Amino acid sequence: MSPDRAQSPRSGGPPPGADRELVRGWCEREVQQELPGLGLMSATVEVQLKGSLTGASSPAVLARLREHSNRWRGARAVNVRQEAIPAAYRVFFRHIGLDPDISRTPIEAAVLERMIDGGFLSEGLLADILTIALIDTAVPVWALDSDTVNGPLGIRLSRTEERLGRNAEGPSLGGGRLVVADADSALAILFGEPAPGHEPTAGTRRLALFAVQVAGVPALHVEEALWACRFALTDAGG
Amino acid sequence: MAQTEQLTVDRLDPDRIFDERMAGHERMAREALRAQVAKLERELSGLVAQTFPHISPRDAGSETFSGPRLLGLAELERLRDRLALRVGEVRGQVAERAALERRSRALLQRMKLEPGHYKFVRVPVADLGDGHCGVWEVRPRLGLIGMLAGWWHVKLSSGCP
Repeated sequence: MSPDRAQSPRSGGPPPGADRELVRGWCEREVQQELPGLGLMSATVEVQLKGSLTGASSPAVLARLREHSNRWRGARAVNVRQEAIPAAYRVFFRHIGLDPDISRTPIEAAVLERMIDGGFLSEGLLADILTIALIDTAVPVWALDSDTVNGPLGIRLSRTEERLGRNAEGPSLGGGRLVVADADSALAILFGEPAPGHEPTAGTRRLALFAVQVAGVPALHVEEALWACRFALTDAGG
Repeated sequence: MAQTEQLTVDRLDPDRIFDERMAGHERMAREALRAQVAKLERELSGLVAQTFPHISPRDAGSETFSGPRLLGLAELERLRDRLALRVGEVRGQVAERAALERRSRALLQRMKLEPGHYKFVRVPVADLGDGHCGVWEVRPRLGLIGMLAGWWHVKLSSGCP
């Protein structure tokens, strides 16, 4: 299954050091037939920021978080479930057997945390960059250590007795779960965190970013979310 | 029927044709159910947001699955039915809530017109749908003197921390 290529919508092109292309991931036929509109888009990024990815964020990133904290107040938080893109993810959660009021969609989880904590709290550079992209676009982005990924990413059902990640002691998935996978193994449960051993560490310099698109979410928003992360990770955003 | 057509038909396995047709029908049924689920989810979200914070979005009776997966026809039917039931429950709660607010506003109106007839009656602001803090209460002016003289008025106590 060779992935399609999708160019960034920005006319100015990517910042120096970033890969030029976003890659549309593959999707297992059975999944595609049942859930049309589901897709994965990924990008490989050479991190050019100095310092640890899990360490403290730069002042510019912290300022963005503060700015978003001020924008997201109670009334908007209550109504976020009715906005077009969050609503599309809510519907998709229902379609895959998740109750979005229990297993919250990423944007609703972030907004709820903001309400509880009184602001979007910093959780490290990479986590903050992903959070900012999520709040900006309502599209969640995850990051994997690119050196642990083999081949293009895609979405499929887990096999019987398959484990999460390449580690033989990884958690068992059971059959029929929707997972994000590479050519070898399942790297994350769909909308879940990356498998142990595949998540970026402090010194990771090459990331595989991916975002999940569902029916009702324009590709432009998905590309924008990935683009925002790449831009921030290459320090082109200051 | 022409000879070639007859041969073609003979070679096809009727069971396989039947299975493929059934699979096609089931897929269409699942699509229809997913469309219904989407509509119900949007309606439920609208009702919950519109009446926040009085109605909980949580559905105690929702079916839980072990992680994201493709739902079968029966599971989608159960999900659709449960959501439809939940939307019905929430609609009922919204109607009850609207009735409570209507009654509370009418009572407050009467309290303001004839405070003497509603001594010490309290109407929480939350019941009026205007906010969360404060209580309207009929109290005597000047304490004991007002009570003895029959001087009553409606006061709003803030009640918010």
